[in-house]
Amino acid sequence: MKSKQIVTTRRALITSLASAGGLLLGGCSKQLPPTYGNVLRMGDLLTYTAHRLLLPKDRLAKEYAHGDITSIPAVGTTNPADSQQAAFNAERGPAYERLQAGGFTDFRLSITGRVARPGTYSLADLKRFPARTQITKHTCEEGWSAIAEWTGVPLRSVLEAAGILPSARFVNFYAFDDMAEGLDMLDALHPQTILAYGMNGRDLPVPHGAPVRLRVETQIGYKSLKYIQRIVVKDEFDDLGKIGDLQNGWAWYAGI
Amino acid sequence: MQIGSSNSDAGSTPDPTGTVRLAQTGHARWVRLSHWIAAISVLTLAVSGFVILMAHPRLYWGAAGNDLTPALIELPITRNYRHGGWEQPVAFFSSADSPVSASRTYDIFNENSWGRSLHFLAGWFLALTGAAYLIAGICTGHLRRHLLPGADELTPGRIWDDLVGHLRFKFAPTTGGPPYGILQKWSYAAVVLVGLPLMIVTGLAMSPAMTVAFPFLSGVFGGSQSARTIHFCVFAALVLFVVVHVLMVVLSGFRRQMRAMTVGG
Repeated sequence: MKSKQIVTTRRALITSLASAGGLLLGGCSKQLPPTYGNVLRMGDLLTYTAHRLLLPKDRLAKEYAHGDITSIPAVGTTNPADSQQAAFNAERGPAYERLQAGGFTDFRLSITGRVARPGTYSLADLKRFPARTQITKHTCEEGWSAIAEWTGVPLRSVLEAAGILPSARFVNFYAFDDMAEGLDMLDALHPQTILAYGMNGRDLPVPHGAPVRLRVETQIGYKSLKYIQRIVVKDEFDDLGKIGDLQNGWAWYAGI
Repeated sequence: MQIGSSNSDAGSTPDPTGTVRLAQTGHARWVRLSHWIAAISVLTLAVSGFVILMAHPRLYWGAAGNDLTPALIELPITRNYRHGGWEQPVAFFSSADSPVSASRTYDIFNENSWGRSLHFLAGWFLALTGAAYLIAGICTGHLRRHLLPGADELTPGRIWDDLVGHLRFKFAPTTGGPPYGILQKWSYAAVVLVGLPLMIVTGLAMSPAMTVAFPFLSGVFGGSQSARTIHFCVFAALVLFVVVHVLMVVLSGFRRQMRAMTVGG
């Protein structure tokens, strides 16, 4: 699981190395993730643009049989209410604890930004949407992988219910811990990109992101954000500040 | 280009005519350029790849594998090796062999933020340079003439002689380029036609986006974790190649070899 720490000396070194290549792949358009003149982010941007340009857009990730389900570690934040964990948030952590004590009946997922009907959805509201169940492989950036069954509502259904505007280009997700992720519209609207509330036939367990987590089957595991609290739809790229991938040195696009 | 005496080069034998020019082949400019881009890329890939491996030094066979499933190979590197930081596993199903989940309680070594991005950046350089090299190699006849052994070379006697010569550390002084010996041809052809392409393909076979787009990428290797294991094994073979390659450059006349692969003469 990726960690949140800025390696300043290494970043400074890489950034200075990058200045010569600054003209190449500047990434100054707000429709693309910025490179900040960092040579590693230029490589990430090359991968992202190459994938979007060259890869077929209509393919589904392989879905496995029930017998293929494997054991799966829970890493990173395993309980947002635990103040000892690295990404604990002093405001949202206690709020999560109260929601958990009430069986998440008071949980409300908010959707704001570039949608015609901003609003909130309870767990029951999400479960009223047609559900999708998929047995897919989770590929962690660490090197391991695991197969599990995920049940949830396609993100596309929720975005359409909220009236996503045609100008929308990115969907950003904020969690109860100090984590946030963003997707472009291709991955956000992918049929297998779901807001999962069930895992292996039961409610999503707390270590795996209860009550609702993202499943993005076309990218590395860290994009499948756990403990989602709010969704913000944007017209332009947002690096999500100190809790986003980029300012922590991680690739925003993690298709490889 | 005039070449002076090669007698100062370590490992070369004195020429009977004294100060003479050995065959002045050197290397073509595009070979030299692609050699050094590939060399820097491979070195970067090896270092960043090892950093990535350190985050999870376990290898598996099949589609999936993790700390809670059996490993094919466990490498005793970093504190992540057999780390014990797991809470009590919880079974998902009622069956005795049910898959389980456990929460990690251990702060693992993980430098994949820059490690992964650097690895893929170097991968781009290697893939693009390698593609250009292969196209040029086919179009110029370089691969056919210099890297693929001719039928007349593939006799047991000549292979045996080349093998025995290498084992005794006795080989012809370098010409600073082709023609190559039979073992040399096999080594280079194996690296540029099998090893490096296999590294790129097994690398892509671990990518979620690539395998969604092209499922056969991981399918041909029996799954992404199998591809990862092959990726590691070919890495080990390439490290062995680089060690022997550098050793041979030194033993066969370091200065002349370096001149041939840099300025060309």
